[in-house]
Amino acid sequence: MNIAVCVKQIPDPAEPGALNPDHTLKRDGKLILDESDSYGVEMALQLVDKAGGGEVTLISMAPNSETSGLRTALAMGAAKAVLVSDDALKGAGALDTAKVLAAAIKRTEFDLVLAATESSDGYTGTVPEQIAEVLDLPSVTFAKHIEVADGTVKVQRQTEAGYDEVEAPLPAVVSVTAGVVEPRYPSFKGIMAAKSKPVDAVTVADLGLDASLVGWAGAGQEIVAVDKAEEREAGEIVEDDGEGFQKIVAYLENLKVI
Amino acid sequence: MSLSKVWVYAEADGDKVKTITLEMLAKARELGDTVEAVFGGDGDTVAATLGAHGATKVHATGDLDGRLPGVAVGSAMAAAITGGNAPDLILFGTTYDGRDVASRLSVKLDKPVLSNNTDITVDGDAVVASTPVFGGTQIVRTKLTAGAPNLVLVRPKSFAAEESGGGAAAVEALSVPDLGATGSAKIVDRHLEEATGPKLDEAAIVVSGGRGLGEAGKYEMVETLAKLLKGAPGASRAIVDAGWVPYSHQVGQTGKVVKPTVYIALGISGATQHMVGMKGSKNIIAVNKDAEAPIFSISDLGIVGDVHKVVPKLIEALQAKT
Repeated sequence: MNIAVCVKQIPDPAEPGALNPDHTLKRDGKLILDESDSYGVEMALQLVDKAGGGEVTLISMAPNSETSGLRTALAMGAAKAVLVSDDALKGAGALDTAKVLAAAIKRTEFDLVLAATESSDGYTGTVPEQIAEVLDLPSVTFAKHIEVADGTVKVQRQTEAGYDEVEAPLPAVVSVTAGVVEPRYPSFKGIMAAKSKPVDAVTVADLGLDASLVGWAGAGQEIVAVDKAEEREAGEIVEDDGEGFQKIVAYLENLKVI
Repeated sequence: MSLSKVWVYAEADGDKVKTITLEMLAKARELGDTVEAVFGGDGDTVAATLGAHGATKVHATGDLDGRLPGVAVGSAMAAAITGGNAPDLILFGTTYDGRDVASRLSVKLDKPVLSNNTDITVDGDAVVASTPVFGGTQIVRTKLTAGAPNLVLVRPKSFAAEESGGGAAAVEALSVPDLGATGSAKIVDRHLEEATGPKLDEAAIVVSGGRGLGEAGKYEMVETLAKLLKGAPGASRAIVDAGWVPYSHQVGQTGKVVKPTVYIALGISGATQHMVGMKGSKNIIAVNKDAEAPIFSISDLGIVGDVHKVVPKLIEALQAKT
């Protein structure tokens, strides 16, 4: 079984984020693998392993031909990657991103497409389902458990009140929540091997897409303002001297919630 | 300037219309002359509530027969819109199904959908949506320029639900077109988890735990305290990712938005990802051993101390009072 996994390379979430003067997210420094995507990569590796053969291919879109995040996922065990990098994609929205990723996925052999439910930086949460629609495939979002058997993917889909068991014939698109599996740490051997794994670097033109329709120009949206949000003031901060809990009790009593 | 027609994607648990739907209906009335709902189910079960909150009509698909709402309702909406019944704006809740419906529809109409919005205004005839970024420290306002219908996903708790005093919404059948391969995913079984106590996003008091608890077993403290306060237990993303508690407990950007009367953060440092989901709480109390933890910058009461020492004493004190 072959699985395509969408992975995003993002600015380190530990660093404070910033916007460029044109209001796009600053993404010109070193990018890392979005931790949310490590779950999809791990799930894919386990499913391929269970199926007894096949490959995991990473699909990514990033500026400046960035591959450092891809190398992390390759080190985990993915076989190869398709990386779309093109100046024309600056300012691309979720819909554009889905079109680009779908076109990149079509360059590979796949039975299943996995993605995180949303990225940690842009967090639109719409891309996986949009990819499914572009590819004309069934999809299941918010998977907390996945099994594949006899050409069918069986998913436990998170719901408000519990979960639904959903089945779909392959090929299909599934987005996974964190915790669906425990991602492995890349081994030293994996890290060394990742350096020589193939990364198919492509442009928008290579994908047969019209560059004027997938970047800023085609996004159908325009940022008109970026304002500072109302700040919340810090209140009383006290060092616990063994009686700190009394402060909490008094605070709750004052609010009449106890 | 107001819009002539606004649709709201309506959701319900059984016949109880979800709060996010009612919140969006209130905003839709402010923005549009006519407000209508679209529902993936039996319209008769929700027509009274939707009408009482301002929807004059509910376009309902009837039972989806195991098909997922994303593709079924998204395709039905697209067919109605291309058939000539296009609203100026469609609001979707940031929920499991709301995101799917908006996503499918956006591709079918080839129009962008804006995610995570907490406010919507109309500028001339253009729709402008506000999205908090960087943990809610900045607000980005984006104008949609692709033309009607404008697609906007709304964060829960952005608006106050309010009755309009209207009568039941007229139920109109909305047909689901042939979905082809995209309709082949089917719900074969539903599992309801036994819920005790109030729901996380509706509770007046939320007690959340984070990495500072040290180990999975210590989450019990969070649950005990939540129960004592008749609140709901929540969690930071770090301990959900670590598998200590299920995803349904997660408060934050990825997860639930909560605005309780009191939010108690235990061993949570306050990553931007977490703060965006709880900084709207009326009162915030934090316990963390790191005095520099960002959570203290938005806390009304902060205790710099070890959760393993402070919380057991707090639990004991509260137990003694009841």
